[in-house]
Amino acid sequence: MNPILELKNITLTLEDDRILDNVSLSIEDGQFVTFLGPSGCGKTTTLRIIAGFLSPDQGDVSFNGERINDLPAYKRPVNTVFQRYALFPHLNVFDNVAFGLKLKKLSKEEIRLRVMEMLEIVDLKGFERRKVNRLSGGQQQRVAIARALVNQPKILLLDEPLGALDLKLRKDMQIELMKIQKKLKTTFIYVTHDQEEALTMSDMIVVMKDGEIQQIGRPEDIYNEPKNAFVADFIGESNIFDAVMEKDFEVSFCGGTFPCLDSGFGEHKPVDVVLRPEDIVLTEPKEGNLKGVVTNVVFKGVHYEMNVSCNGLDWVVHSTRLSPVGSEVGLSFTPDDIHIMKRLFDGDENYILGEVTDENTVSFFDLSFEREGLNLPVGTRVSLTISPKSIEVVSIDRADLKVYLESLIYKGDYNELIVYTHEESLLLHSYLDQQVATDIGIKFDFDAITVTPLSGGQNG
Amino acid sequence: MGRKKSPLTAFLTVPYLVWMAIFVLVPLGMVLYFGFTTAEGQFTFQNFQSVLKYGDTFFKSIRLSLVATVICLVLAFPLGYIMSRMGEAGQRTMLLLIMLPMWMSFLLRTYGWMTLLENEGLINRFLELFGIGPLSMINTEGAVVLGMVYNYLPFMVLPLHSIMIKIDKSIIEAAEDLGANGFYVLIKVLIPLSLPGIITGITMVFVPSVSTFVISRMLGGGKNVLIGDLIEQQFLGTVYNPQAGSAMAIILMVLILVIMGIINRFDSEEMEGMMV
Repeated sequence: MNPILELKNITLTLEDDRILDNVSLSIEDGQFVTFLGPSGCGKTTTLRIIAGFLSPDQGDVSFNGERINDLPAYKRPVNTVFQRYALFPHLNVFDNVAFGLKLKKLSKEEIRLRVMEMLEIVDLKGFERRKVNRLSGGQQQRVAIARALVNQPKILLLDEPLGALDLKLRKDMQIELMKIQKKLKTTFIYVTHDQEEALTMSDMIVVMKDGEIQQIGRPEDIYNEPKNAFVADFIGESNIFDAVMEKDFEVSFCGGTFPCLDSGFGEHKPVDVVLRPEDIVLTEPKEGNLKGVVTNVVFKGVHYEMNVSCNGLDWVVHSTRLSPVGSEVGLSFTPDDIHIMKRLFDGDENYILGEVTDENTVSFFDLSFEREGLNLPVGTRVSLTISPKSIEVVSIDRADLKVYLESLIYKGDYNELIVYTHEESLLLHSYLDQQVATDIGIKFDFDAITVTPLSGGQNG
Repeated sequence: MGRKKSPLTAFLTVPYLVWMAIFVLVPLGMVLYFGFTTAEGQFTFQNFQSVLKYGDTFFKSIRLSLVATVICLVLAFPLGYIMSRMGEAGQRTMLLLIMLPMWMSFLLRTYGWMTLLENEGLINRFLELFGIGPLSMINTEGAVVLGMVYNYLPFMVLPLHSIMIKIDKSIIEAAEDLGANGFYVLIKVLIPLSLPGIITGITMVFVPSVSTFVISRMLGGGKNVLIGDLIEQQFLGTVYNPQAGSAMAIILMVLILVIMGIINRFDSEEMEGMMV
């Protein structure tokens, strides 16, 4: 089948911020596709590029194989359901829905028929003359959907359309939208930050973070085979730990070595390992793969959520059977339950380029520190090895450096943070929780930095 | 708050009510009295008949004011829209620039235009350098309209701007998304949604323009007498005829009320018409 929509290497920078980075994607006709990611990940921006409200700095948008980069929004065969509905306040329900058809200069009778038919589909028959500001949120939402769909777009774009509705109404509308999509067979592109919504509704999910696509796949694949720790963390609940791939089909973490189904990572390679809480079975201490102690229990309705402490790591386990706090348990899982993922950050340490700028002074980024007995000529280029543990998160006013927090993942003991500064990513460990996609302050333990002169470094 | 007015609140409105009574209601009553009586105090319609001969002046006043109002609207609409899409700092700067001339006396500003437009004025002297002119600009209808536009333009920009900043960007985008090009966005969405601002702006430009006498006197010379000038002459000039002056004032008031009524009517009909 030919893709109805294709994005090729889309890149967009706004005010020095890289909003989208090399986004490529192809969408088949008739699918329900969801862009999923935390706020600021670029999902709405991608949607706006498809709608024609933004044009990318680089890359192509193609519709049925035809490049539509330069086609203005009003000529594109797509329609949008906006985040806050954006209904025309001066028009009633009928005229809101008829807006697009009137512009197409259809006959009055045809407009009337199509609008009435669409109002029936969205269950708003009898509301034609109602002013839109007299409608409830759910009703306004239906008008917005009808207003877009009545034009029979080839693709319907929905920008977090259910965000403003309460939970019950949201669930109803999700089912409603799926029904409408099945009935009309229109391609839907749906933007949300709600992973449950994405898993429920989609044929295909595109997980995004920091303007990059992390994974594309069917909901089942994304849930069962997340491609990296970010996806695993964002979709559903997960235990994510540091691990070492000893060799093909063998991984060690949490003080044990276990068979797994993954290969091709190389030998003694640092990786992330993910285990879903519902895949782990609590057994008698002797029978499990690992031994632990239950530290906390929360009843969640269908299941108990239990925290188990095991070799210094905190495991989350879901089970319908209760193991009381303090009891010794075994943690049991099969090779199939162990998901191995490439690390988000390559390696265990930070390697930063620096330079000797004065006798016994080393500079990197816009920082410098003293190091006694360095004995290197001024101008020597050096490599600095900085352990993730020797970088501390502090308030910005006390910080050596202000950095952008790209990701934060709980690794069972500490949070693994990846921050961005001076066009470099840094890895650090912290026990504090921070808001992702914001600026935070960091402080270096300069004494713990290893300085190695680069061979062949220039002098002067 | 939905609270019952306390005696204190009621008391605080007294100064304003007294002020209004003395300086609005009483003069209005006097105008009505003079308008319908003879110098001896007898009831009459004679005053109205006597001012009918000034029909041309009435017509001219309305015509020039309408032209000035339309020019203001055409200038202010895009300006107000562009301003409403600016950042906060940009909007503040623009508002300041628009308000700045209003910090100066109305008379001074109009005098300024006199020195610019005069036959020996700055503009003509500048044009002379290129061997053009002199153009006769002062004492023309154009000069009067220019004075009106210059003085009252802010009163058109401000209400338009304040209504336009309330138009969400996504509503404009929704119209584009549904197939409206720039022209249709303008007539189907922007103008209808700005209508309250347009009406306020028209009112605030047309009413002072149609009753002005300073602008027409200073920039229009003796040839461009407007109703405002006529009324002023009846009270302050050598002719001293408060009866005729009051009659003119009453006619002017009625004319303004009728015109504003028509415009407001158009407003609600427009809204009604769009709902069919």
